[in-house]
Amino acid sequence: MSTWLSILIAFPVMAGVAWVFRFAGRSATSNKPFFRDMPFGVAFGYVVAAVAILLAFKIYFVDQVLFFRWAMQGLIIFTVSAFLFRLLGRLVGTAGSRKLFRSMPLTAAFGVMIVLAYAILAIFAPVFAPYGEEQVFAAANTLPGSDPATGGDPAHLLGTDQIGRDLMSRLIYGARNTVGIAFATTCLAFFIGGSLGFLAATIGGWLDQVLSRAVDVLMAIPALIFALLLMTIASAWSVKLGIPLTIFMILIIAIIDSTRVYRLARAVGVNIVVMDYIEAAKLRGEGLTYLIFREILPNATAPLLAEFGLRFCFVFLTIASLSFLGVGIQPPLADWGTMVRDLAQFINFAQFSPLTAALPILAAGAIALLTVAVNFIVDWMLQKSSGLKE
Amino acid sequence: MSELLLKVRDLMIEGRSDETWNPIINGCSFDLNKGEVLGMIGESGAGKSTVGLAAMGFTRDGCRISGGTVEFDGIDLVNASAAVKRGLLGKRIAYVAQSAAASFNPAHRLIDQHTEGPVQHGVMPREESQEDAMELYRRLRLPNPEEIGFRYPHQVSGGQLQRAMTAMAMACRPDLIIFDEPTTALDVTTQIEVLASIRDIVEQFNTAAIYITHDLAVVAQMADKIKVLLKGDEVEEADTRTMLSDPQEEYTKSLWAVRSFQRPTKPAVPADAVPVVSVKNVSAAYGKVPVLFDVSFDIHAGRTVAVVGESGSGKSTAARCITGLLPPTSGVIEFDGEPIPADYRSRTKMQLRQAQMIYQMADTALNPRKTIGEIIGRPVQFYMGLTGSAKRKRVDELLNEIELEPSQYFHRLPSELSGGQKQRVGIARALAAEPKFIICDEVTSALDQLVAEGILKLLAKLQDELGLSYMFITHDLATVRSIADEVVVMKDGRVVEAGPKKEMFTPPHHAYTDLLLSSVPEMDPDWLTNLLDARGVDNIGDAAVGKM
Repeated sequence: MSTWLSILIAFPVMAGVAWVFRFAGRSATSNKPFFRDMPFGVAFGYVVAAVAILLAFKIYFVDQVLFFRWAMQGLIIFTVSAFLFRLLGRLVGTAGSRKLFRSMPLTAAFGVMIVLAYAILAIFAPVFAPYGEEQVFAAANTLPGSDPATGGDPAHLLGTDQIGRDLMSRLIYGARNTVGIAFATTCLAFFIGGSLGFLAATIGGWLDQVLSRAVDVLMAIPALIFALLLMTIASAWSVKLGIPLTIFMILIIAIIDSTRVYRLARAVGVNIVVMDYIEAAKLRGEGLTYLIFREILPNATAPLLAEFGLRFCFVFLTIASLSFLGVGIQPPLADWGTMVRDLAQFINFAQFSPLTAALPILAAGAIALLTVAVNFIVDWMLQKSSGLKE
Repeated sequence: MSELLLKVRDLMIEGRSDETWNPIINGCSFDLNKGEVLGMIGESGAGKSTVGLAAMGFTRDGCRISGGTVEFDGIDLVNASAAVKRGLLGKRIAYVAQSAAASFNPAHRLIDQHTEGPVQHGVMPREESQEDAMELYRRLRLPNPEEIGFRYPHQVSGGQLQRAMTAMAMACRPDLIIFDEPTTALDVTTQIEVLASIRDIVEQFNTAAIYITHDLAVVAQMADKIKVLLKGDEVEEADTRTMLSDPQEEYTKSLWAVRSFQRPTKPAVPADAVPVVSVKNVSAAYGKVPVLFDVSFDIHAGRTVAVVGESGSGKSTAARCITGLLPPTSGVIEFDGEPIPADYRSRTKMQLRQAQMIYQMADTALNPRKTIGEIIGRPVQFYMGLTGSAKRKRVDELLNEIELEPSQYFHRLPSELSGGQKQRVGIARALAAEPKFIICDEVTSALDQLVAEGILKLLAKLQDELGLSYMFITHDLATVRSIADEVVVMKDGRVVEAGPKKEMFTPPHHAYTDLLLSSVPEMDPDWLTNLLDARGVDNIGDAAVGKM
């Protein structure tokens, strides 16, 4: 109960400090507009932020909570490396790329760095991975840390899984499978949804009605459950037709996600189609392909690109969820979603062996990191393209 | 009476772009007494609105006041705290924006938005403020003053909204109102009503006002003194009559001279000539709503036919029928005496090439993601089949034709061009198809007067060189006077009167033509007063139309 009581007391105290802070600021700077026009809420916000920073220091240095320390260290390492990466980009490369890096915020530099790292890791997976993806070793269930005293093995930095495959290698190969499949799926979803959306916007009338209502029907069914259902059907077909299930998964997720792309493309397209330059092109006698790809598409790139970033993350998560549920990417292919599922029970050991508990978090963290990175890049692109319009 | 209200001295404003602060206003000074109206004129980008807003101690995002003082009734607005400004704005200083339709909140009723100010500032309780709103609506001669406030903004016409906004600005009986182009978006006939209302109410309450506009004739009616701005610099300031009769600076003189451009009268068309475009008994409808009734007119080779009328009169619809965007419900369109398909989709490339269009808003008429070279090059390639260096050569020719330096403009995007240059590119795109006939849909109404004059001269030159025919849609009779050979007056989807320009501008007129003609503001400062006397104060606009 005393925790609640102290929080209850902390608020009026912070409010008091905020008032004193503002008053002191006004007196000290002889009424500079910054303090003079500062609403009380803003002053309170400054105080709360200061308290939060103090608390963070306490947890880090006094309580020494291990996972919090890891998170903070990770944050600092990523910030510094992103900064260095941007510095490198500003000094090395062509005039165009240097200019790009100069206008880049730190978050975007972080995003580009992570995406590049993932791409290199995925493409050159066999070079980086110490062992093969499907290679099975005699020592199953070794713990991470490569210290034999705690049940580790110097040959396997992150240990092995229950049938003796090297986890480090699986994690690296996972980038190839999970990211590659997600990218292919998103591209397909954008091709289907984008072209149909623009077509509906340009032609309108009954075609628009038919397509839009069909999309409504697809969207009315919860996406994950629908995907699960279709995957179950597809797994029967895949055996019968001899086509890998992964192909079916790409198609199914692409079609389900293309409904969202369709909605966006149509909404953006409808606004562009009413412009006079489209009317001018129509009156010139231009065909549909020219209208869609040369007149409409260049004006819709900004929102579509933003959506691409988001959609990529969602597709990524859907694949991971499907794999976690057991119908996604099939063994022996390495995949982060499956890894999270297989290693999930280790989280129970967090109190005794933090390193072991971190195993499922590594796979999940790999997904999270890419998601954050992609969104940082998308934010930057949006900001850039909206700035161009002004 | 002549009590000093607003004192602006050496006002400097900077705007932020590309990470640096660039000056927008380089020192502007003026005084404003109680009950006095200052007209502020200049072309777009001259900084009129920026100065107007700064007079309230306010700058737009990305701008800052970098020097000078703004003193309102002894209060220093530049350094005033947010709290002090909150107490003044809306209560003692009010602002009327250019587009009332965009400035009202569409989710609230007019009267609720009206009473917000007085209630917030504690000037009067809600009920009293509602009573007062109705009184103001009555004084501004809005129809049904008791009832109109309970409507939503979309249920009221543009001119009425503009008056409702003026009423809203008066709600707290401010000492100063800033009018930022309040009538620019309105038709001439509506403009008169708003002008008269604004002038009355400013006089009745002895309110001072800053009236920002680019229309000299309008400012002549409203202002006691006029200040001319050019690219952030003061040009000159003088009282209205002196300014009109005896401008000192070259720039002011050139502004005054714009309306003098006039083309020589052409000989009459021979009786047996086949018109380039002939509209015969055309009626058209949007869905089930009929908008055009039995419209007929001819456009001959090398002639300009001006189609005039207020918004909603069917001018643009007639153009859409000719281009085939809106197939008429009855009647035919003929090119060179041959009837052509009603729908543009069934026309041949040749027929489409013959009629080109230039749009009102060059911003939406040019694809913002394409360079000027691509925009003009496309019809060259599409119709003439030219590619590579032949195409480039033709585009360069066209750019020279519209007086833009090819090497400089070929690779630019539309956003890197000024309004007048964009409109020129629109003209070049139409010319690229080598048409016989061009529809100009309000091509100059979004431009400043000097720029618009340049466009009109260019169109005239091209007509003489290439023998083009124009259908010139406009609501501005000054433009008609300068460029047209024949005039077609439209109202409510019907042709009211048609004939050579000379006949149209000499009495007797049709009653509606008369109303249109007499509503065009003139440079004479007594024009509005005389006109209102002539029409009888209570039946301006609507009533006059009703009589016909």
